[in-house]
Amino acid sequence: MFQERASTVGSLVALEKKKTCSYATGAALSNSTSQFHFYIPEAGYLEESPIEFGQISAPKTSSGIPSEESFSSPSSLPASFPFASSESVPLPFPMGHGTTTLAFMFQGGVLAAADTRSSCSGLVACPAAQKILPIHSHLVGTTSGTSADCALWKRILSRELRLYQLRHGRRLSTGGAAKLLSHMLHPFKGTELCVAATLCGWDGGELDDGCRDDHKGSETDDSERRDTTETPKADVETTAGAPGEKVSLSKTQSSSRTKRQCSRRKISFSGPGLFYVCSDGTRLEGKLFSVGSGSPYAYSILDQGVRWGLTVEEATSIAREAVYRATRRDAYSGNFVDIYHVTANGWTRRTREDLKEEYYREKERRRLERERRGTTSSE
Amino acid sequence: MEYLIGIQGPDYVLVAADNVAASSIIQMKHDYDKMFKLSDKILLLCVGEAGDTVQFAEYIQKNVQLYKMRNGYELSPSAAANFTRKNLADYLRSRTPYHVNLLLAGHDDADGPGLFYMDYLASLAKAPFAAHGYGAFLTLSILDRYYRPDLTRDEAVDLLKKCVEELNRRFILNLPSFNVRLIDKDGIHDMEKISIGTK
Repeated sequence: MFQERASTVGSLVALEKKKTCSYATGAALSNSTSQFHFYIPEAGYLEESPIEFGQISAPKTSSGIPSEESFSSPSSLPASFPFASSESVPLPFPMGHGTTTLAFMFQGGVLAAADTRSSCSGLVACPAAQKILPIHSHLVGTTSGTSADCALWKRILSRELRLYQLRHGRRLSTGGAAKLLSHMLHPFKGTELCVAATLCGWDGGELDDGCRDDHKGSETDDSERRDTTETPKADVETTAGAPGEKVSLSKTQSSSRTKRQCSRRKISFSGPGLFYVCSDGTRLEGKLFSVGSGSPYAYSILDQGVRWGLTVEEATSIAREAVYRATRRDAYSGNFVDIYHVTANGWTRRTREDLKEEYYREKERRRLERERRGTTSSE
Repeated sequence: MEYLIGIQGPDYVLVAADNVAASSIIQMKHDYDKMFKLSDKILLLCVGEAGDTVQFAEYIQKNVQLYKMRNGYELSPSAAANFTRKNLADYLRSRTPYHVNLLLAGHDDADGPGLFYMDYLASLAKAPFAAHGYGAFLTLSILDRYYRPDLTRDEAVDLLKKCVEELNRRFILNLPSFNVRLIDKDGIHDMEKISIGTK
């Protein structure tokens, strides 16, 4: 009985909280029928966060694409507190995202490496964070920016990719996953959301019997290689919710095009994929990316040594070296280094290494070399 | 930072764009293509704010294709340019204006070649030659001096190379290579990339 009373009290409190919310948000969002709807937590909870100081009074909001009704009341997104502390000294150029992550493609697949320091306004919040998050068996994403945003959006991406796989019977390519993430982040452009990720994956390639007469044909991968006559996956998804007319249109289009696509399907893409996606809207394909405040240091090491023909050991060692050098120079990177390797069989992870040991090893090496040179010159 | 240029001849349009995709001080890509193919004879060159460029250009691209699917014939370059400008103008006074600068180049069977200059404030001008970016300050006077309406294709490519040479000499940023394409009645032709060192 005591428990019952407690629960009614709890529900009363919850009702009161809901009444104090001046904007009708939660209900509108959860009732959205758009297939592209994703859950935004109850605004009341966000508003009553204990950390109230330092908040920007007028939130900068973006209403996003007009067609998406789930964002009809953008003012419901509460004021977010600034990510970095106020800087007294102006920076020479916009320093982003306290971290060092890198990823590159080579003959043995895709290698991703990152440090593990999670910083918060000048203090190390966590020395052993995980910045490379596996999304599914053949896709790994490095994260940079706000840790919470990255973790959340990676989970949303995993969910959407799994749904795609269940609906269409094959994995979405890395480029498609990057496009999906980019489109999901677009409504938040201009807000404080900060995600800069590189998606490293291995595409399984499409099925060779591509001449099938169903509307899967219109949803082939959205890599930039494709010519402009194909409708992109995102458009088809948003129109699928609408009544049958648009869906049937895409079906007839695809059936007339699958014949042409048959010859193209045989040259299906199977292999490594590397894409950089940023919350400001950038989406780039490439063979080498480094993201974060330590990225300039990492780039200079990688540009010297990364070639297509590296062996796995050489690639791992240059990735380690690049992260190590960046952690030496950059205050916001440090502690350990994580290395993930993605191949056709999936991703594998190297044991986490402490860079402090690496520092002492290097110091020892330098000392020995100096001694050796000292003894040879004295002879 | 980014640079676009277009030169219209008697029966062709020559366009070029740099290949750098940058993020603050780092060049993230050296071979980035800033041209979007709207149809067989229309190219849209798009520079500006990071995500806006691709979003807006792909939106226009897909809508032009949709028009073709619905009506059975393609939009003319002039119609496509006006459509693009209308979209820019509509979004300008909304919550999410697109900060993009565009060049639209195309060849129409009826009207001939056309080069259209558009900027982020939704202005539209049909011009014989045009450029976007900081590099435009350095190269527009070269175009003023040497442009003639009856340039041959080779002369236009030479004029383009003069502009690139000037950029390499005086522009503070390094733009190592440029994509070059030519549009005429036969469609879009890829031409040789211009890099530092090509004569």
